[in-house]
Amino acid sequence: MHGTYGAGPAGRGVAWITAMYLVLPILIVIPVALTDQRYLSLPQEGISFRHFATVLTSEEWLGSIWQSFTIAVAATVLAVTAGTLCAIGCWRISRRSTDLIRVLMLLPLIIPSIVYAIGLYRYFGPLGLLDRFLGVVLAHGVTGIPYVVITVSTALAGFDPRLEQAARSMGASLSQTLRWVILPRIMPGIVSGAIFAFVHSWDELVMVLFIASREVFTLPRRIWDGINENLDPAMAAVAVLLVGFTLLLLLGDRALRRRTEAG
Amino acid sequence: MTRTGLGWWVLILPAVLLLLVFYIAPIAQVLAISFSEPEPGFGNYERLFTSESVQRVILTTLRICLITTVLALLLGFAVAYAITLASPRARSWWMLAVLVPLWISVLVRAFAWVTLLRRQGLVNDTLMSWGLISEPLPLVWNEFGILVGMVHYMVPFAVLPMLSAMREIDPRLLAAARGLGASRGQVFRQVFLPLSMPGVIASGVLVFIFSLGFYITPAILGGGKTLMVAEWISLQILDLIRWGLGTMMATMLIVAILVTLAVFSRVVDLRRMFGAGG
Repeated sequence: MHGTYGAGPAGRGVAWITAMYLVLPILIVIPVALTDQRYLSLPQEGISFRHFATVLTSEEWLGSIWQSFTIAVAATVLAVTAGTLCAIGCWRISRRSTDLIRVLMLLPLIIPSIVYAIGLYRYFGPLGLLDRFLGVVLAHGVTGIPYVVITVSTALAGFDPRLEQAARSMGASLSQTLRWVILPRIMPGIVSGAIFAFVHSWDELVMVLFIASREVFTLPRRIWDGINENLDPAMAAVAVLLVGFTLLLLLGDRALRRRTEAG
Repeated sequence: MTRTGLGWWVLILPAVLLLLVFYIAPIAQVLAISFSEPEPGFGNYERLFTSESVQRVILTTLRICLITTVLALLLGFAVAYAITLASPRARSWWMLAVLVPLWISVLVRAFAWVTLLRRQGLVNDTLMSWGLISEPLPLVWNEFGILVGMVHYMVPFAVLPMLSAMREIDPRLLAAARGLGASRGQVFRQVFLPLSMPGVIASGVLVFIFSLGFYITPAILGGGKTLMVAEWISLQILDLIRWGLGTMMATMLIVAILVTLAVFSRVVDLRRMFGAGG
């Protein structure tokens, strides 16, 4: 569209200001994390890495990071397995009969997590899943399924169903067809879905506020307590580490998409 | 159904069972509790008409959500418009500016806003040192802070549906309108804007329903003084142990979202909005 018709100065101005509003406030955590002071401030006399050292040597922070990581990995495995199989099933079965399933898959994206969180709080009690690793993995994994279904469905939309029919007619079983014909073709969609599911669990706070308390104390939960109790530069250091990690994942996802589009 | 067809249904089973047992069931229980506690009946729902605090929370939430939606649409429209008209190279930078905030933890973003906006925060400090103000401005832990944080969160969600609508507009239409003597403003108002309207509505619905149940950002930036529905529900459940009221409001939240979607489902293709591949 470039060249035929350009945006006016007012439109461009608002767009630029919006872009700065989106990006700049997040960057503020970097200088604050590098401050040489004990309180939240910009560096006064020089930069210091001691707040990073505080975080990276703290057993509490490291424990929470590890817990969040293991929960996210387990939840991702759950979401990717169930979500990929479901997307493939829906793709092969006629559209009409799977409509209800597609609606079901949208619900976790539409219904606010606060509603689900209070539901789980009550539901997990009798099952003995409150404040348990398994409980959080189930909650994060189940709500991660829709992301995987969406990315894998998108990958399947570009897949020729005749390949699958050919494989089946030459005597391949369902599991052989899945393993050798379908899965390799939709791998980028699966990996993309896995990244979404991982980030979903890694960042999730509302559910853990209700279904976890002491034994399970994830990273978002610790940050939440930090923001509400003591605002110190160590929080900014955690924020910087998180931003860096998220950017790595985002760049990984983009590189993957580019390779798929090019291939 | 043939025997081979059955195999495909088995693939769907794990996801559906997981969702039914660990997603639908807990939510169904929330709906049930709202009618059964503290005593069976519609007692909790009567509060909608009799309790002033319930009404205040609903009005506050609706007001904040509407303002957020309007602001996110305005800002998001400008960005989507700029992206549509940008060169491919510039476009990928713009996309980065939209996607990076989308991926960064909502807690990190709320923390950044607190750092900037609190009394001894960077904005107040800077303004004071320039002598523009003598007292720190109340920028956070009030409704203003909530709006700043919510709009910041929602702009990327507003950009994406509008962008996909705008990219379907045939650029030759705009060139033709210009060629026929329309001014830049006329092309925008009479050609571009009407054609991008479906995207604008989709974005509006998306931002509005996401805002309604928003918890973390309002809780941190509102400082407990300005309560929105989600935080109010959490207060009822965790602090006041009033399950009936909390679940009633949760039910109302679901109803409000479903009604909004139903009203706009004629204009908006839900599946496309969530990118479910056609």
